[in-house]
Amino acid sequence: MLIKRPSDIPSSSITSKSTYLNRREFMRAAGAATAAAAVAAGGLLESEAVLRAQEAPHKRKLDGVKSSPFSTDAKPNSWRDITTYNNYYEFGTNKEDPAANAGHLKTEPWTVAVDGECNKKAVWHLEDILKGQTPEDRIYRHRCVEAWSMVIPWVGFPLADFIKKCEPTSKAKFVEFTTLYDPKQMPGTRSNVLTWPYVEGLRMDEAMHPLTILVVGLYGEVLPNQDGAPIRLVVPWKYGFKHAKSLVKIRFVEKQPMNTWQLQASNEYGFYANVNPSVDHPRWSQATERVIGGGFFRKKTLMFNGYGDQVASLYNGMDLRKNY
Amino acid sequence: MRVSDRAVRFGLKPLAFLAALGPAAWLVWAALTDHLSANPLSDITNETGIWTLRFLCITLAITPLRRITGWNAAIKFRRMAGLFAFFYGTLHFLTYVIVDRFAGLDFPNGIVSLTIVRNLAASIGADIYKRPFITIGFAALTLMVPLAATSTAGMIRRLGRKWQTLHRLVYASASLGVIHYWWLVKADIRSPLMYASIVGLLLLFRVWRRKRAMRVPAAHRVPAI
Repeated sequence: MLIKRPSDIPSSSITSKSTYLNRREFMRAAGAATAAAAVAAGGLLESEAVLRAQEAPHKRKLDGVKSSPFSTDAKPNSWRDITTYNNYYEFGTNKEDPAANAGHLKTEPWTVAVDGECNKKAVWHLEDILKGQTPEDRIYRHRCVEAWSMVIPWVGFPLADFIKKCEPTSKAKFVEFTTLYDPKQMPGTRSNVLTWPYVEGLRMDEAMHPLTILVVGLYGEVLPNQDGAPIRLVVPWKYGFKHAKSLVKIRFVEKQPMNTWQLQASNEYGFYANVNPSVDHPRWSQATERVIGGGFFRKKTLMFNGYGDQVASLYNGMDLRKNY
Repeated sequence: MRVSDRAVRFGLKPLAFLAALGPAAWLVWAALTDHLSANPLSDITNETGIWTLRFLCITLAITPLRRITGWNAAIKFRRMAGLFAFFYGTLHFLTYVIVDRFAGLDFPNGIVSLTIVRNLAASIGADIYKRPFITIGFAALTLMVPLAATSTAGMIRRLGRKWQTLHRLVYASASLGVIHYWWLVKADIRSPLMYASIVGLLLLFRVWRRKRAMRVPAAHRVPAI
């Protein structure tokens, strides 16, 4: 499959496989020296290190995180913004609910079932998924379908790297992602606000795109539960609801999967959900966005959330008004 | 219930007034001391909206309360509750105008200019025209304007019987307010459903009273105030 990558970013710089990394190394006890970690990460801006020092709790530092050319140089939102203003309906529909209710989610041990049109159907332990992956700082713009945005310093690795290990067959045209559904641990799922479990999907070329990542961390630390721990999807040119959290299943399928929000209201939420200022949500405009922590004035929303150079070609010849 | 006129006028009413200002005071305090969420402007929009609905519910609850408990002095709080509904509704609308519309404009020639005023008006107008939940919310608030304007003792006297007919508009305003809320949520309709039930019950109470009154011979009817 031909994957278009921007020419100025050699594929070799996207992921280095030289660093062996396992789950135990991912998690290190509290007290890890911030400065040392920042230096080890390499290429981190000083201001960013300072921000981390002020914001992140430094309890579960990730090791060996390297910087990425895909990162924006915009200033990331604070740890507090990113961990207290969440849409994660499994833990409640108010923005502050996930921070209040996700604390007890058991993320260890964690497995992800790989199924469908691939040669390596298996139940993967999280540490095996992380094996051989170098975690990268990916500071991405994040645009919610509700017309607010943040800049988030995710830590993750390309989904493509994991997909290759699963050896999808030629029938695999789409990838379907399923979030944990556990009413015992997730109070929000005890009511039928949405159809559970939460399901999302990507076209194969979207899933293989180097910007598409599996995220395991935030601000160089293990991902907080309210942000989708232990492993979630991030597709920065799409609205946030595409970024399925706490993944328990990845399935390769031939037909376009039905994603949860499309099932909920297909006239409002589509399969593609590419950030698009010229296609309004039926009930509100997508032309501008409220930048969280970004002052009074709203920002003009950019096509593909500003990632058009990298991803616009995926949609050549498609009517994005119809395929919203 | 027996509460002296004096106690109502100099005790309960000022207390109620202060309590009704509470949500606005809390919002100002919370905004200034960083006690709102990461999206404080959205919080202010939502909170002023929900308090509008709450005060509409309180306004509509006064007559049933009076009928059920027989505490006639309750009526003395109705105007205040209605005016506070209008107060929070106006704050809600102004927040939307400033935070949602004005803050999203282009400012090629600075912030203060005639073009900006025109663009702002166009932006609000387009939104009201295009988005049903905005249309309906705007209608709900607009219906409250004549009610607030005719809430003085002088206007009540001048309008006589017509006053009561006019002020039945509050039923429409509250119903539209609930629909406005219902249409704006993404998936979780539990809270709008709760307000719909409350407003629905309060309106049903009036239907029920009216039907019952019809059955009483005209000579025995007690005029409604």
